[in-house]
Amino acid sequence: MTTESMVLTAEPQDRTWLERAHGWVTTVDHKRLGIMYIVMALVFLVVGGLEATIIRLQLMKAHANVVPPEIFNELFTMHGTTMIFFVAMPIMFGSANYLAPLMIGARDMAFPRLNAFTFWLTAFGGALLYYSLLGGYGLYGDAFAPNVGWFAYAPLTAKTFSRGHSNDYWTLALLVSGFGSVGTAINVIATILSERCRGMTLGRMPLAVWLFLVMCVLVLFTLTPLTAAQAMLMIDRYLGGHFFDAQAGGSAVLWMHFFWVFGHPEVYVLALPAYGFLSEIIQVFSRKAIFGYPAMVAASIVIAFISMSVWAHHMFSVGMTSYGNTFFVITTMAISVPTGIKIFNWLATIWGGKVDFKVPMLWAIAFLFQFLVAGLTGVMLACAPLDWHLTNSYFTVAHFHYVIVGALFMAVFGAFYYWYPKVVGRLMDEKLGRWHFWLFVIGFHLTFDFMHIPGFLGMPRRIYTYEPGRGWDIWNVIVGIGVLFQGVGTLILVFNLIRSARKGKVAGNDPWDAWTLEWATSSPPPEYNFATLPVVRSRRPLWDLKHPEDPDWKYE
Amino acid sequence: MTTVQLSEAETPWVLPSAGRVGMFSLIAAEVSIFVIFIVAYLFYLGKSVTGPTPAILHPPIFLSICLLSSSGTMELAVRGLKRRGARGFIGWWMLTIALGATFLAGTGLEWRHLIQDEGLTISTNLFGTTFYSLVGLHGFHVLVGLVLMLITAGFAARGLLVRESAPKVEVLGLYWHFVDVVWVMVFTVVYLVGR
Repeated sequence: MTTESMVLTAEPQDRTWLERAHGWVTTVDHKRLGIMYIVMALVFLVVGGLEATIIRLQLMKAHANVVPPEIFNELFTMHGTTMIFFVAMPIMFGSANYLAPLMIGARDMAFPRLNAFTFWLTAFGGALLYYSLLGGYGLYGDAFAPNVGWFAYAPLTAKTFSRGHSNDYWTLALLVSGFGSVGTAINVIATILSERCRGMTLGRMPLAVWLFLVMCVLVLFTLTPLTAAQAMLMIDRYLGGHFFDAQAGGSAVLWMHFFWVFGHPEVYVLALPAYGFLSEIIQVFSRKAIFGYPAMVAASIVIAFISMSVWAHHMFSVGMTSYGNTFFVITTMAISVPTGIKIFNWLATIWGGKVDFKVPMLWAIAFLFQFLVAGLTGVMLACAPLDWHLTNSYFTVAHFHYVIVGALFMAVFGAFYYWYPKVVGRLMDEKLGRWHFWLFVIGFHLTFDFMHIPGFLGMPRRIYTYEPGRGWDIWNVIVGIGVLFQGVGTLILVFNLIRSARKGKVAGNDPWDAWTLEWATSSPPPEYNFATLPVVRSRRPLWDLKHPEDPDWKYE
Repeated sequence: MTTVQLSEAETPWVLPSAGRVGMFSLIAAEVSIFVIFIVAYLFYLGKSVTGPTPAILHPPIFLSICLLSSSGTMELAVRGLKRRGARGFIGWWMLTIALGATFLAGTGLEWRHLIQDEGLTISTNLFGTTFYSLVGLHGFHVLVGLVLMLITAGFAARGLLVRESAPKVEVLGLYWHFVDVVWVMVFTVVYLVGR
């Protein structure tokens, strides 16, 4: 089963550099596109990380003047936009692209050419965002990069307040990459529903695939409001419309609603695949099948549903009616129930397992801990009266970074170490992985644990600098030091990714003794994935294969 | 893989068609976009600080009948394709295109009237902004549908359309039905509720 497909994977050696590049640019292979998504995301991760570093340098000291205030506004806008739309989203879509067809035993996505098209849309969107550095200046002497914050509240985006074109590049970048995301979501849904191998019923799909499916359905319903709102913004700015123009009766609050109708589910768009990564990693490294598979699936779907009804908890301070506030308090708290189910199921999977603390599992454990804390500060912020005090403070910033860095990115890093041998054919270096893990986790806690405190003490987000002696100084120093650890950790990751591709231990098909179909083919998989399409009879087809005397399907 | 168990391998394994799943997903995404524009339209009803108001609108009954009946002719075209191949298809298909084009032309005339006689443009007031955006968004979808149908007609003219193409044409049909259903919503909101 293994040797014949191994031979077929080798790329012809005699191709020139140009031919190889041409092959990558014109490819419609889901694996290559998945890799390109992730490489693109890593490039933007470094860029967005540098932006964050400058922001923290500026805030390390009261009255610091590392960058001018105008640049500071551009930095936090670009940092947020880059990290959400061109790091987190492409990583998740790239993973779905790479893994979903392999895990369901398919040869490619349902629409390979659409797949290539939507990848290039996303890449082009990222290029447009950063092209504003060159093209945004226009003739008006205004900002040369978007500077309205990542949620771009009206009326800041009106012609009067943002002249020039910098914020138009922001709008266009999100419109273009939004079309890309919706196209990819359609493709992933069609792939998962229509390309499963024989026997891969919905109830037997790996949880990661389930979560890719739920995430993509959520993308359909929640990314499109942003697209619509961006279209309205363009109508306002270029056709003289009045959607968000308060002087003509338009409403700035409507933009907030439209943005957060997208913005909050977006958190779950990013978190759901992270849950998927975690479910796979925890099973394999605890040597146990996942606990409560149906409950996990149900909880994922419930999370997706509830996530669409919580958006206005970003807007408690706008002044909604008490009924409106109460509704959004209750829905926001309700979402912690299915999330809690997930955490308990992961713990129950680890419980009594033969836990193997390899690097992917370390990240999974860090995820569990930090995700819990992030959830708890989320419940705090869900209380409208407390939110009035904490909203738009560094407490909020600490909370959502806890979710996105502490939970989501930990899961992504775990996924890197877990699936890298499948993608590249060689294992990542375990020792460097541990250095990455400990540096990053320590740095993360230095930065984001201590960021809660100045927030509680009243430090607002997005301020350029502050007066000394308000009790914020020492915390901002600690927060800044943490960035250093995280930066070094990330550089070790990048080094490890590059070095292991040449010098890593050869992985073989199944280095982790795992159970899902992607490990049944060679590493890296051949272009057609499977020489003969697999047939599955249980949730762990490779277990059945390795243990014919005690297969899962007898019990499911 | 050697997990092939004879009993499992012999059971029928039928999955939904990727084209239909993809189109339904696209429709779900489009519904979200339209919902946002409809919400904006309803939210801004009566909030314009200057005239004109929605009272100047006349419900385009004839055009609506054209568009809605084009769903029927679309269905007849697909049925003809299944039964009699391209010959049973092309007549109904061209009629569908004609009905859709009539709708679009009628919208154009309505807009010309609104702009020239009533002085309502997209930048006049909130009503103008929301009206032209919502109706224009729908009109754009009609236009896309017409282009796709013309391409299909081109395939038919070159003899590339056979009975077996029916499932693919049906996917385009789903889109067209969606455009019609959205018109029912837009018509209700703009010409019945909003006036």
